[in-house]
Amino acid sequence: MFNYFANPFRFLRLTSKLQPITMLVALAAIGLGLFYALVESPPDYQQSETVRIMYVHVPAAWMAMFCYVTIACSSAVALIWRHMLANIIAKSTAPIGASFTFLALATGSLWGKPMWGAWWVWDARLTSMLILFFLYLGYIVLYNAFDDQSRGARAAAILSIVGVINIPIIKFSVDWWNTLHQPASVIKINGPTVHPSMLTPLMLMAVGYMALYFWLLFIRTRAELNINKVRKMLIQQTETH
Amino acid sequence: MPGKPLQVFISVIRRELLLAIRHGADSCMIVSFFLIVVILFLLGVGPEPGILSRISAGIIWVSALLSVMLSMDRLFQPDYEDGSLDLLILSSLPLELIVLAKIFSHWLTTGFPLIIISPLLALFLNMGTPGYSTLLIALVLGTPTLSLVGAIGAALILGARRSGVLLSVLILPLFIPIMIFGVSAVDAALTNVSSKPPLLMLGALLLTALVLCPWASAAALRQAAE
Repeated sequence: MFNYFANPFRFLRLTSKLQPITMLVALAAIGLGLFYALVESPPDYQQSETVRIMYVHVPAAWMAMFCYVTIACSSAVALIWRHMLANIIAKSTAPIGASFTFLALATGSLWGKPMWGAWWVWDARLTSMLILFFLYLGYIVLYNAFDDQSRGARAAAILSIVGVINIPIIKFSVDWWNTLHQPASVIKINGPTVHPSMLTPLMLMAVGYMALYFWLLFIRTRAELNINKVRKMLIQQTETH
Repeated sequence: MPGKPLQVFISVIRRELLLAIRHGADSCMIVSFFLIVVILFLLGVGPEPGILSRISAGIIWVSALLSVMLSMDRLFQPDYEDGSLDLLILSSLPLELIVLAKIFSHWLTTGFPLIIISPLLALFLNMGTPGYSTLLIALVLGTPTLSLVGAIGAALILGARRSGVLLSVLILPLFIPIMIFGVSAVDAALTNVSSKPPLLMLGALLLTALVLCPWASAAALRQAAE
């Protein structure tokens, strides 16, 4: 598959078909998910209506980690096989992942105020999520810090692989330390401990966020590939003149 | 003629230390910076002894973090500029070990002076006596980790624009866990709780960094020299 997509035109052809599909899935799942989350699902017996923040917050946090792992994996592919497309995917994922991280932090903060009585607490989960946000920012800044694009790509790729160490820390922070943040209740060995009436909108939102990610990723990668194409054409033009 | 690995390792350390001694001002500047940051905190927070002793460990750690971060640019930057980095990459010793030797000498010339001066600062900050020994142990375990982690950032920014600010954005977030455990060790000692768990965590961080960081910095150096 790596070799197949080494040709960007194949990728462009495939994504031109996938892009509208992901758009439809994203809009439908998020729309339906929001309906279930805001109208159909019951309020929590302790948290009452504020539990509805969960449907925005939890999938955003999942996507924040998913995007980072995607960046690290495609960076590894880019470093090992010098795969051009892998670099572009990593580069295009970074701002999306940073936005998801910001969304998770912001909604978590809004949820923390009524539940914990504070906008922000310095427990392990929140701190490691904040570090993830800084890693995203560092990645983006480092990528653009070099005059030579490929240098920036490789330096940022190494940084993203180093930063992967933060992902298991985020995941297990709620088990290793006594945190105010609740432990995992969906992704568990014995199955989720969330009632179906709440699990349905949560999963719909998760699917919607994932489709949204791919939709945005396709837009960004296609734009990136087109920028490269234009740049090459400009170089050719100046050479012929 | 290529020497034995250990000889090369030692000669790299000797070269680094010699350079540090010849440019003696560097180490002094780091220590003065450390002192000045602590004094700034003192003046900013005010001289109330109760507050100072409460936040003394945090101030010392933050200042140590900033000092190490500021000194990081001289780890690889001069070698990168004058071309000796290419020679180091070509040497008979694996680049990972050369990086380790450089980090070790960097720690000897920056982290180590900070450790020596830290009890004096703890005195300035009115830290309780049970905290001193824990602070020293925590710094001995923590500052090499700072140098190791910082080396990755220092290698990544070679040749970048605005590298100084960039370096702080890259490595200060990675310094956070080291500082958290360093401060909580001292706080535990001051409140008569066992400071062993955070110290063990610091030791674990050091060992992990010792294995992974030279490898990552060497990878970054290779791509910088390409």
